[in-house]
Amino acid sequence: MTQLTLGPIAYHWSADARRDFYACIADEAPVDEVYLGEVICSKRAPFHEADLPATIERLERAGKRVILSTLAEVMLNRERRATEDMAAMEAHEIEINNAAGLYARGKRPHRIGPFMNAYNEATITWMAGQGATHVCLPAEMPAPAIAAAARAARALGLGVEVQVYGRASLAVSARCYHARAHGRTKDNCQFVCEEDPDGMPLRTRDDRPILRVNGIQTLSESYIDLLPEAARLVADGVTHLQLMPQAVDMVAVTQVFRDVLDGRMPTGEAGSRLAMLSGDAGLSNGFYHGTAGYRRIAAAAPT
Amino acid sequence: MSLAELICPAGTPAALRTAVDAGADAVYCGFQDTTNARNFPGLNFTPDELAEAVAYAHTRGTKVLLALNTYPPAGKVDLWQQAADTGARLGVDAFIVADMGVADYIARTYPGIRLHLSVQAAASSPEAIRYYCENLGVKRVVLPRILTIPEIRQIRSEIPCEIETFIFGNHGLMVERRCSLTNYLTGQSTNMDGVCSPASDVEYVRDADGSMSSQLAGFTIDRFGPEEKAGYPTICKGRYTAPHRPEGYYAFEEPVSLNLSRLLPELIEAGVHAFKIEGRQRSKSYVRGVVRAFRAAVDDIKAGHEANIADLIALTEGQKQTQGAFDTKKWR
Repeated sequence: MTQLTLGPIAYHWSADARRDFYACIADEAPVDEVYLGEVICSKRAPFHEADLPATIERLERAGKRVILSTLAEVMLNRERRATEDMAAMEAHEIEINNAAGLYARGKRPHRIGPFMNAYNEATITWMAGQGATHVCLPAEMPAPAIAAAARAARALGLGVEVQVYGRASLAVSARCYHARAHGRTKDNCQFVCEEDPDGMPLRTRDDRPILRVNGIQTLSESYIDLLPEAARLVADGVTHLQLMPQAVDMVAVTQVFRDVLDGRMPTGEAGSRLAMLSGDAGLSNGFYHGTAGYRRIAAAAPT
Repeated sequence: MSLAELICPAGTPAALRTAVDAGADAVYCGFQDTTNARNFPGLNFTPDELAEAVAYAHTRGTKVLLALNTYPPAGKVDLWQQAADTGARLGVDAFIVADMGVADYIARTYPGIRLHLSVQAAASSPEAIRYYCENLGVKRVVLPRILTIPEIRQIRSEIPCEIETFIFGNHGLMVERRCSLTNYLTGQSTNMDGVCSPASDVEYVRDADGSMSSQLAGFTIDRFGPEEKAGYPTICKGRYTAPHRPEGYYAFEEPVSLNLSRLLPELIEAGVHAFKIEGRQRSKSYVRGVVRAFRAAVDDIKAGHEANIADLIALTEGQKQTQGAFDTKKWR
């Protein structure tokens, strides 16, 4: 059965906000798997690391599988140590987002995260040979490449994951753009990113929304929405559909996806409901359809 | 002391000959397709042109490095493998790769040819670099432009391969391999197609008040007053507004070039093996000027003389320049 997963929180939500969020997810959200851990900024980790064991326990008690995600960028000593510590874990599955993590993990089993650029069958085959059990494809991959990658991964016995909801990660830098917007640098950022639980909006100078800043990460303004494409993704061999946490009612969002996958809600009705739940954010599926990522391509009429 | 090789851009056969004549130790180039990260119209080589280029370079003692540094989307891996086959047949001295599948193919098929890890792989820690060295036999890593010199020195002491750093040219500030900004606005991917803010999607639009908007795929990346020179709409060099910045500001970076001339002696001392000059999209005369100036400076430093840094600084005169992350971590 197709698994619904909840990706790691990309933003700097406070410890309180995270506790409440995961309590709701544990109690109410029909997701099968939850990724935990700080993926974007190593400076944020101390704020919520202490809660991690309790959060894991809470989610597991609710029947969710928990996977720990490693940092996407590893440069400083504290980032190297954090990655090494995570890679040493045996109690939980881990998802690796940087080659430093692959090095530390060796051939022990692991998942390949969306930052690892598993774009093709040759790379997926290589990764499987190094111990990968599951691969999350990059968000910018078009449908035919997803299908070809999924076929290869399935043949090797790997799980295949695609992001179907939430802002797409478009870029990562060494520089913190949140700090920069406030005239600071990464080292004296004072955690100003906490002010923007859904990212800091950038608009063009003729006032069109374009991108979102999340610390060192740049995200899409629009939310990816592959709800209309979910059935085709599954038919093409994708085993896991990933929802990225946004500052919206994520319990309701996951319920919509679950209802569509289980055939309990018609796609049209689900689409309207998802648009409503997503508030002001535009919904897009351009990457999937091989065009500009921000675009929304209408579903072809059923044949 | 490091070899301090000069690695120079060759966007066309003419630029390649120019770089060789101006004193490049090695030139880097790519084919006319999506297999390299400068897949721009009018640039790059046909296999026949590359054959001639290799002959020209090798006769003069210059190495040729072939960039196969994009990420093949599933179903199209053949194109990259064929490009590697062609490069091997023509006798290139190294492949510059990013994708693990492409690297694995070359390592297995052509174990005698050197593999360099492209900046497009963004290996920024000793562990990440060792992963590629130990598993795929990588002999040199091109470091991302996000590290300070003390960090480079530290990495150097912990890895078994050579280091190449950028020294001059475009100042890319996103972690390479992770940038889909162009694909988000234009539908062409930097990672899969080798395209960045493509000229085919650029428009300059004169507004009613006399200002000029530079647009990419219909998005205004920047707007310039009547007195300002309109810049190219590269997404990460544009001006945008944010809630705290209603006036419009360079949210990522100003349109500056990287010029590390002043740091050259220190970088050589830190053990950097090779210095890369960016600019396969640049003109012959640009390549000639930059390569000559850096050749003279590197030779002076290796001979124990003071280098004439002023010539190098003059190369970017009139433009804004930066030492980026290399000089201070305050850049971050």
